[in-house]
Amino acid sequence: MALISPSDQQKLRESFGAMTGPVRLLFFTQTLDCDTCPQTRQILDELPPLSDKISIEEINIVLDSDKAKQYGIDRVPAIAIVGQDGSGAERDSKIRFLGTPAGYEFISLVQAVLLVGGSGSNLSTKNRQRIAAVDKPVTMQVFTTPT
Amino acid sequence: MAFANSNITAYAVEATEFPDLVRRYQVTGVPKTVVNEQVEILGALPEDEFVEQALGQFTIHN
Repeated sequence: MALISPSDQQKLRESFGAMTGPVRLLFFTQTLDCDTCPQTRQILDELPPLSDKISIEEINIVLDSDKAKQYGIDRVPAIAIVGQDGSGAERDSKIRFLGTPAGYEFISLVQAVLLVGGSGSNLSTKNRQRIAAVDKPVTMQVFTTPT
Repeated sequence: MAFANSNITAYAVEATEFPDLVRRYQVTGVPKTVVNEQVEILGALPEDEFVEQALGQFTIHN
């Protein structure tokens, strides 16, 4: 059964229609001790049918720990969003989601997909310049709840 | 912000699924943002203030 209503599917299809580049969602999971991994996979599986620019790649963090490390993922379920640069090479957006992207987090995930897919940043020019001036690693964790 | 600078990694953390992180970062309300385990921002802020508080100490002011 679809988790997204037909009318919301149509809205999402229209939004994703504006994407100019492909977006790959790396879904980090593990077989045991992850109650919310199946639900997260189910939510992610709703997206590729809505846009041929969206794909899902499942990565088991136990079997493929190198890849989990590469993307800074040490718990599941987690999602890393990967896009493309101007030359068509893979570009890691450095945007991650930890936990099930349900409720309001689903909207955040959709917005992140659109951003990485080429919708452009909403940030002001001034703030983009400030952000560009950061020259050492910065990790931001934003805690949210589903509602 | 992460998308604008590859030095920045952003994690959206679903608090109810990771009580260990909630305890470690003393998350008593959401949204709460933790930057490099040093800066804490409670609540949602206007863009200018958020960027200032989040990155103020990591950028060169000019």
